[in-house]
Amino acid sequence: MIPLSYYIGLSAVLFVIGVVGVLTLRNAIVIFMSVELMLNSVNLSLVAFSAYSGNPAGQVLVFFVIAVAAAESAVGLAIIIAIFRNKLTVNIDEVNVLKW
Amino acid sequence: MTLELIAFLVLAAASIVSAILMITRRNPVSSALYLVLNFFIIAVLYLFLKAQFIAIIQITVYAGAIMVLFLFVIMLLNLGEDKLQRWTFNSGKSIAVLVGIALIVEVLYFVLNFTSKSAMSANAGSIGTVEAIGKVLYQGYLFPFEMTSLLLLAAIVGAIFLAKRKTSEESAGD
Repeated sequence: MIPLSYYIGLSAVLFVIGVVGVLTLRNAIVIFMSVELMLNSVNLSLVAFSAYSGNPAGQVLVFFVIAVAAAESAVGLAIIIAIFRNKLTVNIDEVNVLKW
Repeated sequence: MTLELIAFLVLAAASIVSAILMITRRNPVSSALYLVLNFFIIAVLYLFLKAQFIAIIQITVYAGAIMVLFLFVIMLLNLGEDKLQRWTFNSGKSIAVLVGIALIVEVLYFVLNFTSKSAMSANAGSIGTVEAIGKVLYQGYLFPFEMTSLLLLAAIVGAIFLAKRKTSEESAGD
């Protein structure tokens, strides 16, 4: 038997790795991948809570999270392509038009 | 220590290692492939939790569709191994890593001291099937489900609009 806290601990570690990736990386595409990793870690904790409490609503929520993640990655990658077309780079340090 | 717990710990270690490799690779393609590996490991963990439907969705939608989209964009933009991802430890990155380590310690301290349920719910095996999820989805969550289709349509239109080459502007620019 695996205690519930092990799943939540793994989920927390994966989430923090995603946070560190977002904070340290400079490539916009890999930053997007880190965001996907964070979404996945939250999905893992939702499924774990769902299975341990016997309530299927958590798994339905994961279904919606995956649908929203698909939409988010399609729009995000389109934005990255548009940025690349204008600046010929995906380094976020060089994309600073909106930055004060 | 049961066999199940050993298998869980091995999979958890593998997923953490693949996630760390994902954020430390300099080549975006290897980052994407390590993320696919991580998604597969998480799908196996879903099977441990008796959530078959979510495990299949994870493999087809995440590891299949979304990551192939990422690989398409990486190859379309022709991003080779470049200076983007060099791990130079300037002050900002060190602070980020320190904040991350502090966050991990803090969360693990609370999670592991928390008295949690040690066994799955008795009906865990029956709620993760396609039939059970479908019943809940189409009875209790029908409106959000239909809204999801609208959201995906908006995302498709938005993605095409953003990525489209504006022909009139292009000719004016040249």
